Amino acid sequence: MTYCRTPSPRPTPQWRRLGAGSVASVELAGPTERELDAESADWLRRLSAGAGALRQQAERELHARLVRIALAEVSRRSASTPVTGPELTDVAHQAADDAMLAILAKLADFRGESRFITWAYRFVILEVSSKLGRHYWRNPPVTLDAAQWERLPDRLGIDPEQHAASAGILAEVRRVVDDDLTAHQRRVFVAVVVDGIPLDALAARLSLQRNAIYKVIFDARRKIRRALVANGYLEDGGVERR
Amino acid sequence: MTEWERLDRFLRTDPRDVGCEEAMAVLHIYVDLIVAGEDAAGRYPGVAAHLEACGPCAEDLTGLLAAVASD
Repeated sequence: MTYCRTPSPRPTPQWRRLGAGSVASVELAGPTERELDAESADWLRRLSAGAGALRQQAERELHARLVRIALAEVSRRSASTPVTGPELTDVAHQAADDAMLAILAKLADFRGESRFITWAYRFVILEVSSKLGRHYWRNPPVTLDAAQWERLPDRLGIDPEQHAASAGILAEVRRVVDDDLTAHQRRVFVAVVVDGIPLDALAARLSLQRNAIYKVIFDARRKIRRALVANGYLEDGGVERR
Repeated sequence: MTEWERLDRFLRTDPRDVGCEEAMAVLHIYVDLIVAGEDAAGRYPGVAAHLEACGPCAEDLTGLLAAVASD
């Protein structure tokens, strides 16, 4: 099934409906403007300027930048996602809108440890990641629990000429996965490592944070390596033994 | 690199790895250090270890670097 839809009509973004005073005082919680570079201080001053034209203009400028960055980012990632065409553009606009909301809500959290615009762009980049993960399941190239073990050598970057030579150790990896990992570890490891499902997509599917999935993979990698060392396939220092 | 070394590199974990959440919390600082030509990995070794191992977070780093460079 190919999923493709035209971009949905875009209502007035929620960030434009935020009332005056919805952003906490930066002056109270954040650094003084003297501690910031001039551009960052200017952004903060204008975005904290109450409900007047100054603030509205700053919000328009920032949102326009976020849209531009989001469109560039989905384009940059287009080769690695099944999301295409108008849906990809829609993802970019949604990411920019949601990033804008988050930035305005967290303005008081900005502590001047980086330039303001770098801090702001981080929100939109992370929104793009998260949304592409969720949209992955509308047209997934592989289903959850497909368990394509025959693809593992490619996933690990093993040269096709070495596939036969690596068959023994990969069989041992599979044995450890089947016998030693917990059911949750096994499911996550197979989905991400064996089937190549993007980590963010699996996180969205399982309603978990990226970090939770990464931790499961981290623990599984450590457990598998310990087993391969214990069974003589790898040395503790990482040198080939068989 | 042999197939053993590839597998070993994949399975090897770095105890300094701070995980996605902490790495993403300072990604903007890390990027500005890189852009300024400073030693981001030296200042945040746990973040550097994580970005070395986590594809999605490394992708976010690349994206943020590209965003900043496009200004």
